[in-house]
Amino acid sequence: MYDTGKILAGLVAFIVVATFPLWFTNLFGSPSARPVLELPKGEKKCVEDTEYMRHWHMNMLDQWRNEVVREGKRMYVSSDGRKFEMSLNKNCLKCHESRAKFCDRCHNYMAVDPYCWDCHVTPTGE
Amino acid sequence: MKFIGSLVAVLLLVLLAYLGVGVAGLRELFGVVLPYVSVVVLLLGIVWRVLCWAKSPVPFKIPTTCGQEKSLPWIKQNKLDNPSNGLQVVGRMILEILFFRSLFRNTRMDFRGGEEKVVYGPSKWLWIGAIAFHYSFLVVFFRHLRFFSEPVPWLVKLTQDVDGFFQLGVPAFYITTFVFIGAVGYLLLRRLFIPQLRYISLVNDYFPLLLLLGIGTTGFFLRHLFKTDVVAIKELALGLVSFGPKAPVEASWLFYCHLFLVCVLFMYLPFSKIMHLAGVFLSPSRNMPNNNRAVRHVNPWNYPVKVHTYEEYEDEFREKMYAAGLPVEKTPEQAAAEKSAGDNGDDASSGTDNKE
Amino acid sequence: MAEPSFDSMDYYKKDELLEVDHKPPRTSWMKTPVEFRPGTWIYPTKAKHLEYLGMPNPRDWSPTDEDWKLPDNWQEIIFNGMRERLDKYRSFKVFMDICVRCGACADKCHFFIGGGDPKNMPVLRAELIRSVYRKDFTTAGKLLGRMVGARKLTYDVIKEWFYYFYQCTECRRCSVFCPYGIDTAEITMMGRELLHELGLGVNWAMEPVANCFRTGNHLGIRPHGLKDTLEFFAEDIEEATGISIDIPMNKKGAEVLFITPSGDFLADPGTYTCMGYMALFHEIGLDYTWSTYASEGGNFGLFTSHEMIKRLNAKMYAEAKRLGVKWILGGECGHMWRVVNQYMDTMNGPADFLEVPKSPITGTVFENAKSTKMVHIMEFIADLIKHGKLKLDASRNDHLKVTFHDSCNPARSMGILEEPRYVLKHVCNNFYEMPENTIREQTFCCGGGAGLGTDENMEMRLRGGLPRGSAVKHVQDKYGVNTLATMCAIDRATLQTVCDYWAPGVGVSGITEMVANAMIMKGEKKRKLNFRLEPVWGDPDEDEEG
Repeated sequence: MYDTGKILAGLVAFIVVATFPLWFTNLFGSPSARPVLELPKGEKKCVEDTEYMRHWHMNMLDQWRNEVVREGKRMYVSSDGRKFEMSLNKNCLKCHESRAKFCDRCHNYMAVDPYCWDCHVTPTGE
Repeated sequence: MKFIGSLVAVLLLVLLAYLGVGVAGLRELFGVVLPYVSVVVLLLGIVWRVLCWAKSPVPFKIPTTCGQEKSLPWIKQNKLDNPSNGLQVVGRMILEILFFRSLFRNTRMDFRGGEEKVVYGPSKWLWIGAIAFHYSFLVVFFRHLRFFSEPVPWLVKLTQDVDGFFQLGVPAFYITTFVFIGAVGYLLLRRLFIPQLRYISLVNDYFPLLLLLGIGTTGFFLRHLFKTDVVAIKELALGLVSFGPKAPVEASWLFYCHLFLVCVLFMYLPFSKIMHLAGVFLSPSRNMPNNNRAVRHVNPWNYPVKVHTYEEYEDEFREKMYAAGLPVEKTPEQAAAEKSAGDNGDDASSGTDNKE
Repeated sequence: MAEPSFDSMDYYKKDELLEVDHKPPRTSWMKTPVEFRPGTWIYPTKAKHLEYLGMPNPRDWSPTDEDWKLPDNWQEIIFNGMRERLDKYRSFKVFMDICVRCGACADKCHFFIGGGDPKNMPVLRAELIRSVYRKDFTTAGKLLGRMVGARKLTYDVIKEWFYYFYQCTECRRCSVFCPYGIDTAEITMMGRELLHELGLGVNWAMEPVANCFRTGNHLGIRPHGLKDTLEFFAEDIEEATGISIDIPMNKKGAEVLFITPSGDFLADPGTYTCMGYMALFHEIGLDYTWSTYASEGGNFGLFTSHEMIKRLNAKMYAEAKRLGVKWILGGECGHMWRVVNQYMDTMNGPADFLEVPKSPITGTVFENAKSTKMVHIMEFIADLIKHGKLKLDASRNDHLKVTFHDSCNPARSMGILEEPRYVLKHVCNNFYEMPENTIREQTFCCGGGAGLGTDENMEMRLRGGLPRGSAVKHVQDKYGVNTLATMCAIDRATLQTVCDYWAPGVGVSGITEMVANAMIMKGEKKRKLNFRLEPVWGDPDEDEEG
């Protein structure tokens, strides 16, 4: 007894499942939708350089929150000596006015759901 | 030795990724060519191996029965450990494949020579380790779909949320990261420190564990310590699935290393013991019902064999049988008459000429 | 007194046998050659038996010889034999490929538990052959060799196979625990088949095979001898019960053909079980017959090769057809039931000349045996008891404190677990189970199955019997158990030795023997003797009227 039918069915099922990303994204998704961020109009330079911000902004915000809330420190000195108030609303969102056009673009793309907006008011850019 | 060899092999692979991307900048090779090659090898390899197994028939129905059979209607059958139909077999296989039923039975022998005693206690560590490893690996694997799909399916997001439930650290640590590394570590350590297990372990056993450990560690590093541009990585991943990939310069060599180790795993898998993931479905001692006496199983190569027929048997013992009053097909007189009638030399050469 | 020889259990000191080191040696197993120590291996098949059976390379040789007189192209024979079996058995192929060496099986083997030899860990037993498979049939093995657990097929490998595939009783206990169900019995069977291609086998298995082929039973009892034996049993039955019984033999047109292992004809305590069948069938008035041609339920072909299973098993259906019976009833036997349950119908069926078994006493139709048309005696008796067809006085077995040994094959290749217990609980009042990890599907082998139950293999039998013996000892100490009931002829032959050694004072009994002893027969005299003719129920010399 070979059970050929069952084995072939199993293999087909395996291939279908294993190639999920292939058919799912091509048939039902948008594979080439690289997020485009709307950058601030006036400001050219963030608190740190772009690559650092890209990789570590979540840790920086986390650290800011802890320092402000727990230690009462309010001033951040960047690596090139500039001073900033450690505040999401008063600092970051001043330039990045819209959550939808900046934050969400990458976060949605990467399926990241940060809990900033659990407390902070969502900036709309209006 | 086998462990050291395997460790060196995995470290060499890491070094290779470093030299290849970090030094020589062969991003297209490590980011595009190898992933394609490895996925093709993986899929075709698995299919090929399964077809190889499928080519050989299952001549006999040989389930290992681990409970009461179906017999008289008033005797309670153990349907999952001794299935008697296809549905029950499915049940048994689900228990086996999803819950490692057989491993769950595991016991540990305690030899007490002084008391002339052997006792057996339950031993669930291997089962726990195996479950932890396989399921955490599955979740980790599944989570990675966020790179390979756009939009990201809700189930993937849900998995991430549940996995990062404790919201410890930024970005959140996933529970499965630690379970995975811990479980692989456990499986490795037991191989190294249980003498019998070390004795039976081969490079074939150490290498995949170390490779997995390498994959897990580099993955952890990439998320928490040596971050890299995830958007660029997702672009590469989507490029791969939509056949227009570009290996990003923004991604670090460590990312390419992580990817490379996965590619190696993919290419290694079909030719290794990891094929148990498919083989377990085909194990005749588990995937057949124990209904042999009710439903005849057909062996496709059932060939005729030399048997000792009753006629040959009676020919040898007829006189004695007759004398003892046992019924015979032909009395000695009949047999003698037949023999002299057809006595043209064709002696019925049977296997009966053996003297005691 | 003469020094006991190595094939006697007195030769072995308990404390020495119990000094088992389960830690493996320092040298890797591939570099540890096998040592043929007396008491741990079995005499090879005599040339005449192989010749009679038409099997390859018959010659006289000894495992202790340097030269085993293999054919010149022995490597080629093994290679081709392996390839053939890989193509014929998916089990073999899959089991060669998917073991992950998790080690769950390691301490499940009775020979490893009692002996500590690492190659008796089921995983390593399989690696003995798997290593050669890797070398010859996988690319990685060809290229990387020993690094990936592959090794060349050398003379020493063959010696190792011979030693260790005859230190496996094909009991399948390891398979219960394997996460992929890898069945060492299957691997051992392949190993032995390959060895037989070179003419390597053990006489204790092959002489019975040759006997069985010729005379219909392993013991070589010829038809008139069997008649004498059964008549002798009938006399004993009459002495015990005062009832004279018929012995239908080779009777055409009987309703049922009864087949039991021939061990029950010759070796105590199996003989009492045989008497039990005879008394039982008489009592219920079963229209049955014995057969001298199919006078063997067991099938040592199972310990030889698939082809030999078929060659020996063919007699059952052939005889059922010749005699024109409706169905077949099978006696208490272990490996016989593996063959009947898992091989017979496939190999020698379909038995469309038979009818679906129906008990003429109760009317029960055995749907579970509707294709093979063969019913187990315990199913049959359990059904009788359930329907109140037997008058039983369990107190007649009150002098027995009973435990039950599940035989490997009925437990793990069939799953007949409850029927014998149901029967036992109706025929005795003192029944105690052994610890749960040693019964039912986790039962331990007697140490002498699959052709290993011979005295020259005494050390391994005692070692392999230790787990079972220790469990018996446990219930002996705890409940005063004095009887080990079992429904397997090999068990009845080998477990007595195991009990005498590890749990002295415990006797072995078949189940039907106990049934017959508890059974109140119509017209029986005042019973004083049991079927062993022991005066367990009163002094036989005492006057009947008292």
